Amino acid sequence: MTTTDTQPDSPPAAPQSAPPEPPLTVIEPRPGWALPDFRELWRYRELLYFLALRDIKVRYAQTVLGIGWALAQPLATMAVFALFLGRMGGMGKDVPNYPLFVFAGMVAWTFFGNTISSAALSVVSNERLVTKIYFPRLVIPLATAGVGLFDLVLATALLGGLAAWWDVLPGWSLLALPLVALALTVAAAGIGVLLSALIVAQRDFKYVLTFGVQLWMFATPSLYLPPEALGETARMWLPLNPAHGLVAAFRQSALGEAIDWYSFGVSAATGAALALFGMLYFRRVERTFADTI
Amino acid sequence: MHPAIRVQNVTKSFRLGTNSGRPNLTERLLGLFGRGRRARAEFHALKGVSFEVNPGEAVGIIGRNGAGKSTLLKVLSRIVEPSGGRVELRGRVGSLLEVGTGFHPELTGRENVFLNGSVLGMSRREIARNFDTIVNFAGVEQFIDTPVKRYSSGMYVRLAFAVAAHLEPEILIVDEVLAVGDATFQKRCIDRMTELTRGGRTILFVSHNMQLIPLLCKRAIQLDAGRVARAGPAAEVTSAYLQGLIDDSRTGDLRDRPRTGDGRARFVRAWLVGPDGAPAERFVHGDDLRVRMEIESKVSVPDVAAAVVIASQHGTRIVTSWTREVGHTLALREGAQVVECRFRGATFRPGHTLLLHLWLSDGEVLDSVENAVVVEVDGGDGHDYLSRDAAQGVVVFPYDWSEVPGC
Repeated sequence: MTTTDTQPDSPPAAPQSAPPEPPLTVIEPRPGWALPDFRELWRYRELLYFLALRDIKVRYAQTVLGIGWALAQPLATMAVFALFLGRMGGMGKDVPNYPLFVFAGMVAWTFFGNTISSAALSVVSNERLVTKIYFPRLVIPLATAGVGLFDLVLATALLGGLAAWWDVLPGWSLLALPLVALALTVAAAGIGVLLSALIVAQRDFKYVLTFGVQLWMFATPSLYLPPEALGETARMWLPLNPAHGLVAAFRQSALGEAIDWYSFGVSAATGAALALFGMLYFRRVERTFADTI
Repeated sequence: MHPAIRVQNVTKSFRLGTNSGRPNLTERLLGLFGRGRRARAEFHALKGVSFEVNPGEAVGIIGRNGAGKSTLLKVLSRIVEPSGGRVELRGRVGSLLEVGTGFHPELTGRENVFLNGSVLGMSRREIARNFDTIVNFAGVEQFIDTPVKRYSSGMYVRLAFAVAAHLEPEILIVDEVLAVGDATFQKRCIDRMTELTRGGRTILFVSHNMQLIPLLCKRAIQLDAGRVARAGPAAEVTSAYLQGLIDDSRTGDLRDRPRTGDGRARFVRAWLVGPDGAPAERFVHGDDLRVRMEIESKVSVPDVAAAVVIASQHGTRIVTSWTREVGHTLALREGAQVVECRFRGATFRPGHTLLLHLWLSDGEVLDSVENAVVVEVDGGDGHDYLSRDAAQGVVVFPYDWSEVPGC
């Protein structure tokens, strides 16, 4: 990097024949809306990686169950849903393997909901970093998707095992799984980014977040109802909730069903639009983070 | 040649008021109905600062608390955005406003080195290449795979500084991080800083330590109330700054001094008194050091804590007297009152200049004034034998020597 490393004892070297022009940074007030600087973000990809790695390691440090915790949440929710909604509420009577049906959706939702929550709280909880050092702030909420993705991979592996146990085998639609996971990541990280910026300015959104994510789960019927149980109108409009179409597509893809491309497309587009708005808003307010946090 | 750092008329103002400086939702809604609106005071931390630093130059930034040093550093480090003006930085910038930013207690030393290095802007390859040197510098080889929460605070700080010290940007912005670790380690840090300066790096260094600035920097800039008050050769600027502190304290009037605290009560005047209780011009070695302070309060507090800190001219704390420590209950009345603090038989070395800091708190700091009183220690009669060499320490206790018979 520097010439001083290789020639520690030489006198201050005369400038080499053509010294490379050092990069110029200009700092001035920059009001208004703009997209984040993606090239700068790319330069900080290693930081993104280390922060994600930190979150993963810290989460499993000193826990007895270790990575079992990645599976506990969707499994427990599955048990509750299957018993109370499926068995007692009778929602599962038209669905073969209702617990598997719920678990497949829950794997996607757990990732979605957890990523939103942790991304939303990430900027405030990394206050020390924000007030002491510069790097693109967007790295912080984006890095939280790392833990979620890690859990998602584990839970998906368990889902595969459970599906095999129930003799359900995936088909060609499995090939769409990475695409569905990508759409889920974009939507969840984007919404998380938006909320994280709102929470810095206004702690009220913390409370909105806590019960909002819970309500959102119940407002996502594809988690516990088969598509046939929904009316025409509902099927048309519900995908505007990005979780609805993406959760359904994740299950269809993982369990070898045909993918409902309409609901997937609309949900993915809504998610992407929210993500875009989230990043625009984040970029607009990030310059005041250190002042207001 | 382009300057490495060019600062042009930079301003920065903050809104004062609630924690976040912004109204919360309820206040906003009330605001819609035309109520709950409050005019918010603005605080101008920087009022048009301009200077340039050439490549390879080391420049010290000095000034009293509240002069705008930290804000300037934060603007240059891109942590806060300036309200106006423009800064140009040529070269990779590394900034160290504290050591160990991003350290996580649950992670091992090794993991933290990589995380912290990455936070500071080093690439993974750079960290890997310097890894052994960093661990060596910190002297924590055996514990490198232990979570840092098991480290002693000394080890923790050494590792954190070691990472920072191996940052290799073209421009380095440093905020008093040298004040860490034990004396040996501090020495190593200072050597490393000198090495970096010699290596042709551009360094901007903020410090309260007026001895260190001329050692590390050729040039210094003094900020005062958000403006550049003085700039020039480091030794000249630091001594003019110290002289300014002494001059300021002659009047004893503290009303216009830079201070921190919520302002419910303020020190308005402070002065030394002699053995007869009359205001004294000079303080004689071995006498009681008596300082009186007049406090004006808007509130009455049954039990406040007050402290007088005696610091050396260079800012090192020597001794503190604290009401709570001796169980003295100080009641603050609305209006004006005068209190006195007496250090008995204060045997400071003649020739030294001491700075007194005043502090008042009831859990929240009401007022805190640095360098409120400047005391020059006079030898007085019969103390001519005492060395006036500042290097011999600030305090002289009465001492004697003897031969031990039979050994």
